[in-house]
Amino acid sequence: MLLAEQILNGAQFGIMLFLLAAGLTLVFGIMGLINLAHGSLYMIGAFAAAWAGNATGSFLTALLVGMGAAAAIGMAVEAVVLRRLYARDHLDQVVATFGLILFFNEAATMLFGRQPLFARMPPWLAGSVELLPGVPYPAYRLAIIAVGLLVALALYLLVARTRLGMLIRAGNSDREMVRALGVDIGLIYTLVFGLGALLAGLAGVMAGPVFSVQVGMGEQVLILTFVVIIIGGIGSVRGAFIGALLVGMVDTLTRAFLPGLLKALLSTSEADAVGNGVSSMAVYLLMAAVLLWRPRGLFPAHG
Amino acid sequence: MAKLTRAKFTRERILILVGLALILAYPWGVAAVGQPFLIGLGARILVMGLAAASLDLIVGFGGMVSFGHAAFFGVGGYVVGILAFHAHDGTDLLGVIPGSNQALVAWPAAIVLGGLAALAIGALSLRTTGVHFIMITLAFAQMLFFLAVSLKTYGGDDGLSFRPRNLLPGLDTRNETSFYYVVAVLLVGFLILARRLLDARFGTALRGVRENERRLAALGIAPYGIKLAAFTLAGAVAGLAGALMANQARFVSPELLHWTKSGDLLIMVILGGLGTLYGSVLGAAVLIILETVLAAWTEHWMVVLGPVLVALILFARGGLWGVLAGTRRS
Repeated sequence: MLLAEQILNGAQFGIMLFLLAAGLTLVFGIMGLINLAHGSLYMIGAFAAAWAGNATGSFLTALLVGMGAAAAIGMAVEAVVLRRLYARDHLDQVVATFGLILFFNEAATMLFGRQPLFARMPPWLAGSVELLPGVPYPAYRLAIIAVGLLVALALYLLVARTRLGMLIRAGNSDREMVRALGVDIGLIYTLVFGLGALLAGLAGVMAGPVFSVQVGMGEQVLILTFVVIIIGGIGSVRGAFIGALLVGMVDTLTRAFLPGLLKALLSTSEADAVGNGVSSMAVYLLMAAVLLWRPRGLFPAHG
Repeated sequence: MAKLTRAKFTRERILILVGLALILAYPWGVAAVGQPFLIGLGARILVMGLAAASLDLIVGFGGMVSFGHAAFFGVGGYVVGILAFHAHDGTDLLGVIPGSNQALVAWPAAIVLGGLAALAIGALSLRTTGVHFIMITLAFAQMLFFLAVSLKTYGGDDGLSFRPRNLLPGLDTRNETSFYYVVAVLLVGFLILARRLLDARFGTALRGVRENERRLAALGIAPYGIKLAAFTLAGAVAGLAGALMANQARFVSPELLHWTKSGDLLIMVILGGLGTLYGSVLGAAVLIILETVLAAWTEHWMVVLGPVLVALILFARGGLWGVLAGTRRS
């Protein structure tokens, strides 16, 4: 029963990672940009939503404000800074977007302080649902899973079935050729980036009531998101989905069960310390193993 | 052409001599203006300069963008911290290795373990390139970071403080000025060694890795071995830098291995100029002084530093060393 609950927790965490990873992997695949500041957009979504939710008391307003803020700030940053980085090498991109993280984190501290912000759950999702007899599970977390699956489906349809999706896929495999064929690739860049920012904002809004809304929340999840897209294969939304679920499961399940298993071998406090350490390392071990086995990830988008 | 090269060479040489004079005169300078506590800041700059210069070997010369260099820095720091802990405690590490607070034991140990960590991580990571290499080095550094956090015996999250500093025969390392000069000698020694290495066949091959691996292989030089050797050397030197940093602060914590530390080191290298070796020390000085000045001015200094970094990347390419020395990258 505990196992079922933890598997759902893992799925929920994986879905959150997917929302971030989907945008990041497309930006990565099409523009060739390593955007460390993607986690900042997630943080912006969470802060804006918590602030709006506390001011108005309406979750819908919070959702719209959070996603809107992340998308607007994301597109503004793309236009002012990131656009100039597409043609640069990865090192410049890493350092410049690292500078953006410093700025956004400190700006959030100045606006909202260092204390975590409280984000309220919508009352109609505050209860829990009995999925299996005897296993109640919070409705809000189930809603996150449902929203994430819907987004995954919508993204799949967008990328696989629409004209825009066709251009995105084309940009993924050869952006110069797409430009040469007369497509306004700059517009596609902005749209894709805005879409990624919107999804990051959505993840931030939904994360608010579950995790704490505070400065630095973006980086914790950002590094895991990078692990996800490296495992899944850069540029592949399908890879991001599978990678995100894999990482979410591995992280959640090792955290939940490893200390308990180690207690059979070690004393309680040692088992806790070692178990926590190893479970924090588990996803990175997974990534290293995948990269050594398949250096381009599980589902490389091209080639 | 030959004339031009010689002219450039002189200007860079003058800059090197000025830098060397500044490093030597710094303790007198801060004593003269009545701010002797600034010696610690100077030592920190030289230590970070050493770590950044070692990173420049692989990023600037070898073209391998490692986003996990702080891992080796942290390994060196923890070697010193853990040995000092056991020396103070009178216990043995893992029941066999006695502790030590002798610099001549702890620092070589930090170099060896930093190098071994780099050898193991490099052997696996160097099978990938580009973005994957950036991310896999970050992943390994994160693993070591969480390992440090889980070391409850050695303070876990809170870190481990120890005293006194490691002892050197014939020198009082507790004296800030003496310690500063110890760091300065090690830094200059490494820069000389690295310069000689870069001017030798190894250095040429390393630049060959950056420019075109396939062509290098066609010339009969296996790129993998060159890359791994450079990566290991850089890790060993970062281990030494970590050992020195631990001594400077008499404190080690997982903060030493935090991924933002790897980011800081990359910033220093870029600020000074990729592939300029000495530029990294200049970059470390500029970044640390900038941080210190901004922090004295406002608590929210990062809100200024962030955009400054972005602007530097966007508009000022090539790094400070190239500007001052009138050279582009090596």
